Amino acid sequence: MAKVRVLVAKPGLDGHDRGAKVVARALRDAGFEVIYTGLRQTPEQIAEAALQEDVDVVAMSILSGAHPHLFPKVVNLIREKGMDDVLIIGGGVIPETDIPALKEAGIAEVFTPGTPTGDIVDFIKANVK
Amino acid sequence: MDIVEELLKGNRLALSRAITAIENEYDEAMDIMKKLYPHTGHAFVLGITGPPGAGKSTLTDKLARAYRAQGKTVGIIAIDPTSPFTGGAILGDRIRMNGLTMDEGVFIRSMGTRGSLGGLSHKTADAVKAMDAFGKDIIFVETVGVGQSEVDIVKAADTTMVVLIPGMGDDIQAIKAGILEIGDVFTINKADHDGADKLVREMNMMLDLDGLMTDWRPPIQKVIASQNEGITETIENIEKHFKYISENGILTKRRTERSKNEMLDVLHSNIGSYITNKLVETGKMDEYVEQIKARETDPYTVVSNVMKDMLK
Repeated sequence: MAKVRVLVAKPGLDGHDRGAKVVARALRDAGFEVIYTGLRQTPEQIAEAALQEDVDVVAMSILSGAHPHLFPKVVNLIREKGMDDVLIIGGGVIPETDIPALKEAGIAEVFTPGTPTGDIVDFIKANVK
Repeated sequence: MDIVEELLKGNRLALSRAITAIENEYDEAMDIMKKLYPHTGHAFVLGITGPPGAGKSTLTDKLARAYRAQGKTVGIIAIDPTSPFTGGAILGDRIRMNGLTMDEGVFIRSMGTRGSLGGLSHKTADAVKAMDAFGKDIIFVETVGVGQSEVDIVKAADTTMVVLIPGMGDDIQAIKAGILEIGDVFTINKADHDGADKLVREMNMMLDLDGLMTDWRPPIQKVIASQNEGITETIENIEKHFKYISENGILTKRRTERSKNEMLDVLHSNIGSYITNKLVETGKMDEYVEQIKARETDPYTVVSNVMKDMLK
């Protein structure tokens, strides 16, 4: 039986993982297998972990402001590895004005503070391939 | 992508996809296993088990680095529990192994137990075979945090290491049956905590009383995994054990037993699902269930008749 596998990752150098953990827990309760990799991951590490774990979704959280650089980099690395169908989403403290460019770069959706966790679950269920 | 062909060529994505097919029991999984099987049997399989929080993942990380320094390639299968209520899981063992992610000689895969209660998942053994066929020299199988009786790891591993930590109970715990019986090698992690020496004494007492003891007395090594202390000695213990079982025919015996279990597992699950599917297709399933519920017959009679019918 297929199970949705989600990599929850914190790229970059900010040390705030409360949000990532809350999301990880919500995804677990939705019946997903959540691979949690912890803080301070490089884009290369995230892409390689996504490959080894053969995940359906990569969910990243950034609170440092480095999202315009790091999110697209992860997308490119994952696509370079031949994983074209992985759904990649982002969250954290991300200004509304940055979101269109992130979506352009391949981030399927961006979830900002205040998003009910159920919205993230629903989005994954609706869009995972 | 031809998964088997690519996997045998060393394509990591193919290995990853093969494990997914195995784990999800996709239709092609059986075919993949058939084709990979001739390429298996070369890897050394090291089981790592112990209670939650004992430091199994941290220890795996340190041991894997030490084996990499010897030039050996490493596969790691790390298992964490699946929720019995939602089917979801948090697989968090990679957190302790992030330093290995970018090493091309290491492949780490996290698995949920998905309903299995023996400390592994049902598909762990097949995932080990996929890594074996891929060419890994050493495959670590890290169980879920175990209590007392989750001992499936002995069936999957060549050498089983039990990781304990001080402060988890008195010496009566040490004479109980279960995981303490399966250790080929013992590691007392967090040995800088109070009670480490006491635990070593209790473990030694347990081994002194072991009436079934062979020539191999499981060594007990104090370790502080987070500080890399005791890792070299632990590797030596593992290697001594592997040498011992290789030279005494025990490895051959264990692997023969494993081959038998593999066949029986496939036999039970295939026959079970064959019969179940037939019963569902023909509508007999509901019929029998109703009859059993009404006490017109019983499960034993039904199964005897079904077997007579279907397995002629």
